[in-house]
Amino acid sequence: MTHAATTNTGDSVALPQGLDGIVSDWSSDQRAFKNVPWGKAMMWIFLLSDTFIFSIFLLSYMTVRSSTTVPWPNPSEVFALEIGGAHIPLILIAIMTFILISSSGTMAMAVRSGYQRHRKTTTILLLVTALLGATFVGMQAFEWTKLITEGVRPWGNPWGAPQFGSTFFMITGFHGTHVTIGVIFLIIVARKVLRGDYDRGTPGFFTSRKGNYESVEIMGLYWHFVDLVWVFIFALFYLW
Amino acid sequence: MAQANAQVESVSDSLDHEGQEHPIKLYLVVWGWLFVLSTCSYLVDYFHFEGYLRWSLILLFMILKAGLIVAVFMHMAWERLALAYAILLPPVLVLVFVTIMALESDYTLWLRTIFFGTT
Repeated sequence: MTHAATTNTGDSVALPQGLDGIVSDWSSDQRAFKNVPWGKAMMWIFLLSDTFIFSIFLLSYMTVRSSTTVPWPNPSEVFALEIGGAHIPLILIAIMTFILISSSGTMAMAVRSGYQRHRKTTTILLLVTALLGATFVGMQAFEWTKLITEGVRPWGNPWGAPQFGSTFFMITGFHGTHVTIGVIFLIIVARKVLRGDYDRGTPGFFTSRKGNYESVEIMGLYWHFVDLVWVFIFALFYLW
Repeated sequence: MAQANAQVESVSDSLDHEGQEHPIKLYLVVWGWLFVLSTCSYLVDYFHFEGYLRWSLILLFMILKAGLIVAVFMHMAWERLALAYAILLPPVLVLVFVTIMALESDYTLWLRTIFFGTT
């Protein structure tokens, strides 16, 4: 059996649970995050910092929206579309939400089939995830184009408080950038899976550590985070 | 003998990574719930609920969706508490910042209303 080397030896003794577990895990001279590969712990810490970035964006949005004396444009109407002659409020954003959720579902299944060493299935699921992500970015580009042609600018818009434009472009732009980066990395990971890098333990180009299917799960963490941020943007910016 | 070998192999197979494997049904159920909850939050807008009912429903569906994604898709439900607390507690403290900025923007609004008149 030629297994990829483990990133750690693991703990064979039973670990204490609950609050005792926290105290013993964080005690000195040992690694604090047990049962997770180091890359996964690092991804979580990166995601924590990213959480703060999106938090301050949404906070600044809350501050300008609740302190302006000018009425806020109604997002329900701003993002409405005419489909087949019918006027449907917020429909574009709803479709984008469903697309991103579906990509999260395929990603979760890709992680699972990766650990089961199903190379083809994993590759296909990763590529489907990337495709859904790219669709999302495409719809966002459409949305931006529509709003810009209607006269929305970071310093003003035809419907009300000028802060609407600046917060909209900043928040959705930053989120769209995250999705785009995610799509690029999904394609990179899918290629590595297809080549069998994670079966053979081919070293990665950056860390030179042996590749394994944990990389797919770490990729998944990032992708689910992008979906998670969209949940908050959808609720707080589009629906509020 | 072959069967015993296969068993040993599958045991060592599951030990050679620290990743998580869960039944596919679980992911599909969560996927379904995320669809249902998203539809619900869309309907809040579609049926023009207003005021506190609207805001509380939006926040409720938002928190449920976020919880499902973090707990199941991101596997946080199966991680050790040391990691879960280290990652999940700091964002909760953002609520302090939210409170500060809510008070501050309230004050700004008051100043604008007093000194520039309502528009």
